[in-house]
Amino acid sequence: MKCLVTGGNVRVLGKAAHSLSRIGDELYLEPLEDGLSLRTVNASRSAFACFLFAPLFFQHYQASRPPQGQPPRCKVLMKSFLSVFRSLAALEKTVERCCIALSTENSRLVIQLHCKHGVTKTHNLSFQECESLQAVFDPALCPHLLRAPARVLVEAVSPFSPALSEVTLGVSRGRRVVFRSYLEEDTDAARAMMTEMSLSEEEFQQLQAQEGASITFCLKEFRGLLSFAESANLLLNIHFDVPGRPAIFSIEDSLLDGHFVLATLSQSDLCSQEPCRPGQGTHSTTHLDDFANDDIDSYMIAMETTVSEGAAVTPRTPSPVSEEEAEPNVVPGTPPLKKFRSLFFGSVLAPTESPSEPNPVLAEDSEGEG
Amino acid sequence: MRFRAKIVDLGCLNHFTRVSNTISKLAKTCTLRLSPDKLYFILSDKVANGGVSMWCELGQGNFFDEFQMEGVAADHNEIYLELTPENLSRALKTAQNAKTVKIKLTNKHCPCLTVAVELPSLSSSSRIVTHDIPVGVIPRKLWTDFREPTVPDFDVSIYLPVLKTMKSVVERMKNLSSHVIIEANLKGEMNLKIETDLVCITTHFKDLGNPPWASEDASQDRDSENMAEARIDIKKLLQFLAGQQVNPTKALCNIVHNRIVHFILLHEDVSLQYFIPALS
Repeated sequence: MKCLVTGGNVRVLGKAAHSLSRIGDELYLEPLEDGLSLRTVNASRSAFACFLFAPLFFQHYQASRPPQGQPPRCKVLMKSFLSVFRSLAALEKTVERCCIALSTENSRLVIQLHCKHGVTKTHNLSFQECESLQAVFDPALCPHLLRAPARVLVEAVSPFSPALSEVTLGVSRGRRVVFRSYLEEDTDAARAMMTEMSLSEEEFQQLQAQEGASITFCLKEFRGLLSFAESANLLLNIHFDVPGRPAIFSIEDSLLDGHFVLATLSQSDLCSQEPCRPGQGTHSTTHLDDFANDDIDSYMIAMETTVSEGAAVTPRTPSPVSEEEAEPNVVPGTPPLKKFRSLFFGSVLAPTESPSEPNPVLAEDSEGEG
Repeated sequence: MRFRAKIVDLGCLNHFTRVSNTISKLAKTCTLRLSPDKLYFILSDKVANGGVSMWCELGQGNFFDEFQMEGVAADHNEIYLELTPENLSRALKTAQNAKTVKIKLTNKHCPCLTVAVELPSLSSSSRIVTHDIPVGVIPRKLWTDFREPTVPDFDVSIYLPVLKTMKSVVERMKNLSSHVIIEANLKGEMNLKIETDLVCITTHFKDLGNPPWASEDASQDRDSENMAEARIDIKKLLQFLAGQQVNPTKALCNIVHNRIVHFILLHEDVSLQYFIPALS
């Protein structure tokens, strides 16, 4: 694989790296015929992010050398990749060309920054070959859609503290779009401030959702895509379904597209968080109670993955509910993110390698086999 | 018990925000006292505060376009709330370009001070940001804990030097010592001193001037050159100086020798008093 990025696109690539670094610790690179795909997943498997840069994004793009055929998929440490693009200001000011090449002989991903004044910075990142990282999701299957310029969404979440983990997004009475801070179960409700931002439907290019529809997701992860979308001045789409089903945040233009798939809390009721419930203690206790009883099977979205050397994805079989409840991520006291429904990722298994038990696939992989 | 208030003028809003920011730097939690004419932010001298206390008084008419309140009872027409001032500051931060800001006492999952900010938007209807700040209602029997502190029988009263200058001096001293001695006399001289095993540093301020009442109230046989001093915790002094966002119209301090330092800052419609006890 070899590709060359020039001019302002170097900064765009860097911005994408920053965005992805908000999600996961490992960056998967997949050179496809469609373009270069950069993907990552978070540790608790509740967030998946990918960017696809079309061949036209590059001055020169070669997915694989003809004799090899199938280009190697590899993953690198996110920290290492990000360090190449750490200073966006410097990228803009001094870098003229960026060349990325996969050298299988040396087992290195070579990133060369050709800068002004004849300076060339070469980074050799070690990589691991791996299976394709693919989350199974299909925006077309989501009944609700919200679409707005990134700037509007940036302003919509600006009242929230950067420390806030989760936010509830929904449509309230009068067709107003509401963002509300979500209080985790262990927060002291007596001390915590609740913040809500309400915008008129008119500020959105498209709002396809009925009153009462709402989801609760991780704001910090969403901000990763939001900042990219804002810098590229793009429209952002939020496709969502019922609480518990993952929400898909996407952006696109002629040269690239990005998708962030985030798990949502299985209980998300904008109205239930309203104050008028007599005798209710902290409104968040209901979430904890319901979560443990939810039927995990009905929310699984994809097949299991294979185990490859050092691959981050671990195999999971659909199992009876009792086994699921023993999952480590339902241990009390774990960070709230772990209480999100895990996303399970599909793999590009050949049919002969599929697991013995048939898996209920609720959403077909729309992105195609790598 | 009811309270609702509205700010429409951006200048008033900015001013109120600055007061709130100052209070939030001085106290983690404090008491907000509401009366028909005034608001007070009060920190009483409990052990938890290290003996520090604060009394900040604002005339509501200078900030709010609308202000209505109904206290706990007709003859006690006041409301006392326990509040985390940082929450108020954070809420007001989102109101920088607001069209209106409404503050009311509400009862959501617990008593709250709800700050509703109306922001301009490109569409025909405004954006609304709502913050529910949990507060504690302080029962009437505890109101006596929050009485206005009396001006102590001071030995010296003197105008303060420019606060910014004082702050940068104390900031540097903080790295060397945990206590600072503040001393002043009736000739308009003030010294800030630190004494450690290795070094003694004194910063002298001259020609500060003394308020007119200084020479009246002070004991007659006080030599105007005699310094009254108090050794105080340097962090508390720095906290007080660093929190100031507005240049006060009048800034002075009263020193009771070896007992307490009493700072008074006046700015138009806001008065702030801050007491730091002397260490033995």
